[in-house]
Amino acid sequence: MAEEKHVLTMLVDNKPGVLSRVVGLFSGRGFNIDSLCVAETIDPHISRITIVTRASALEMEQIEKQLNKLINVIKLRTVSGPKSVQREMALIYVMAKNGQRSEILRIVDIFRGKIIDVGNEHFIIEVTGNEEKISAIINLLKPLGIKKLAKTGIVALFR
Amino acid sequence: MENNENRILTGAQILMEILKSEGVDTIFGYPGGAVIDIYDELTRTDIRHILVRHEQGAVHAADGYARAKGKTGVCLVTSGPGATNTVTGIASAFMDSIPVVILTGQVPTHLIGNDAFQEVDIVGITRPCTKHNYLVKTVEELAGVLKEAFYLARSGRPGPVLVDIPKDIMKAKVPFIMPKEVDLKSYKPTYIPNQKQLQKIVSLIAECENPVIFAGGGVVLSKGSNELTELARKAMIPVTTSLMGLGAFPASDPLWLGMIGMHGTYQANMSVGACDLLLAIGVRFDDRVTGKTASFAPNAKIIHIDIDPTSIRKTISVSVPVVGDCRISLEHLNRMIDQNELGGLCQRREKWLNRISEWKISNPLSFQQSDIIKPQYVIDSLFKLTKGQAIITTEVGQNQMWAAQYYHFDRPGHFITSGGLGCMGFGLPAAIGAQVACPDKLVVDIAGDGSIQMNIQEMATAVQYSLPIKIVILNNRYLGMVRQWQELFYGKRYSFTSMEHAPDFVRLAEAYGALGLRATKPENVMPVLERGLASDKTVVMDFMVDREESVYPMVPAGAPITEMLLV
Repeated sequence: MAEEKHVLTMLVDNKPGVLSRVVGLFSGRGFNIDSLCVAETIDPHISRITIVTRASALEMEQIEKQLNKLINVIKLRTVSGPKSVQREMALIYVMAKNGQRSEILRIVDIFRGKIIDVGNEHFIIEVTGNEEKISAIINLLKPLGIKKLAKTGIVALFR
Repeated sequence: MENNENRILTGAQILMEILKSEGVDTIFGYPGGAVIDIYDELTRTDIRHILVRHEQGAVHAADGYARAKGKTGVCLVTSGPGATNTVTGIASAFMDSIPVVILTGQVPTHLIGNDAFQEVDIVGITRPCTKHNYLVKTVEELAGVLKEAFYLARSGRPGPVLVDIPKDIMKAKVPFIMPKEVDLKSYKPTYIPNQKQLQKIVSLIAECENPVIFAGGGVVLSKGSNELTELARKAMIPVTTSLMGLGAFPASDPLWLGMIGMHGTYQANMSVGACDLLLAIGVRFDDRVTGKTASFAPNAKIIHIDIDPTSIRKTISVSVPVVGDCRISLEHLNRMIDQNELGGLCQRREKWLNRISEWKISNPLSFQQSDIIKPQYVIDSLFKLTKGQAIITTEVGQNQMWAAQYYHFDRPGHFITSGGLGCMGFGLPAAIGAQVACPDKLVVDIAGDGSIQMNIQEMATAVQYSLPIKIVILNNRYLGMVRQWQELFYGKRYSFTSMEHAPDFVRLAEAYGALGLRATKPENVMPVLERGLASDKTVVMDFMVDREESVYPMVPAGAPITEMLLV
């Protein structure tokens, strides 16, 4: 069966071990995690976990059921469609030698990114957007030499 | 109300208060440094403590107790090795959805994470094999956590819940208030089934010609056996069960097909292969049941009722999924089905039931008597002597399958086996638990010579508490089931399955203070059983059986269940 990308967002009890239960379920049952993002919500007792996974429709049904079965998962939704917003942030450490610096600045500008660190031979760029946008800027910068890359993974909300 | 008084209690005293409020009168356990305070407090209560000889035995005993009594079993062990020794027992209870609360001691909170003496992260270790687990961090939360643990263990799809309690919390004092009813916003099991889905089932039952009911442990756990029996008889639907479902439907009923699956009866597997409607109730379609899933019930519309949504559409696609408690769902169905509307049932089912009885006659469960004791003969004789009234526990392997095939159960709670995990060493401690739960019943552990040695130390427990359990060893000096696979699928290369150096079980029984008996010839079987069953002591009966007898029918792993190897 064809695997598709799914974005899951869940509210969980903000307690020790809860993330481990969620992640353990994925590893124990052979499901994939492409990206994972966790942080407290406005209610300090509750955290939001966003997971991007690849699964067939049948597997996805199991994943959702299994997550819902966890005692600490309060609410779970799959995020998709026009009612959802999804964003990711990347920090890109790119080599920036003389002669390349203005080109990099142009690219950053087009993607509405920010230079957050400048060195003699590098920039660190901060950029946010959906997955496609992040991949696009990474592809443009790759030929110039990306030395380090940190991505947050997707966070998502319904409107 | 006494409950609302603000009494200052220690953690250990709070634990006792909660145990009492949960109606716990018996716990199975093993003391150690981290739980001394609990054990000290235990002496000031009426709670009966059964001292096992190994912590694995404590969990299996609590499991057996839970199944025989139909309530939550409790065990208490110390930190570190005490806790790790429970893991196999917990995993077994988890696979079979048995309500057990496991209380583990932990090193004092200030030492957690320091690799302290007898420290282990048991919450981390048991996370994937418990329904839920807790590390208690403060004495203030102790009462609430314990209440939640009991609630989770018994509600919804039951299962083991572990509570890890650091030693200092047992000593700490706090004003005690009995917690209110547990209400978890993220945990609301669905008991009441969707009526529209049930209506679809009623229509399908009315339309079908060749239906089969396939019931499992969920029917036993939800105490829905009577409702199941009523439905089957009302709509004249033959019934098979999984290993875990044995006893959910009376084996003496003409609609009984026998067990389904790898070692199921010919008629059960063939009926499921040919049926046009399969009502699966409280089952999870284990691979030992389905064989090759693509060929499972290929002509049938499948209805699946289960309280756990994850069981539905996990391995088998179904036409009508129903999430709900099995007993309640069956009760609703019985109310909704009008027998008159089914019209001329006897006539309608005649062809189907005839076909089934042809299967039954063509390939019944059978064995060849010889001058060597046949293991099936021992079970058959035990069944006849006990008139099917005993509580049977089993170990795992051939002994388990022969027990399932040749001991016939008319009532639930009488067949206690490690079904999902298939855990050798289960039967003896489970028999101890069952006997403690039901002191007036005959409890028999059907064992093999291999698996009985996995928790043989519990003989001492049985004798210490004068538990008159009977242990039937089908002694073939092989790890029989693996040997059978080696015979059939590995060119008879019996790699390390021959156990020629077992102890003399009769003398071993005597060493423990039990009665030991042995039968070496078929004509000794009945007298040994009669003598053993008549004794009020713990008894070991060692039957020297045909070494290379195999369990048939057998479906090779991964084959369709209708492709059976017959004798």
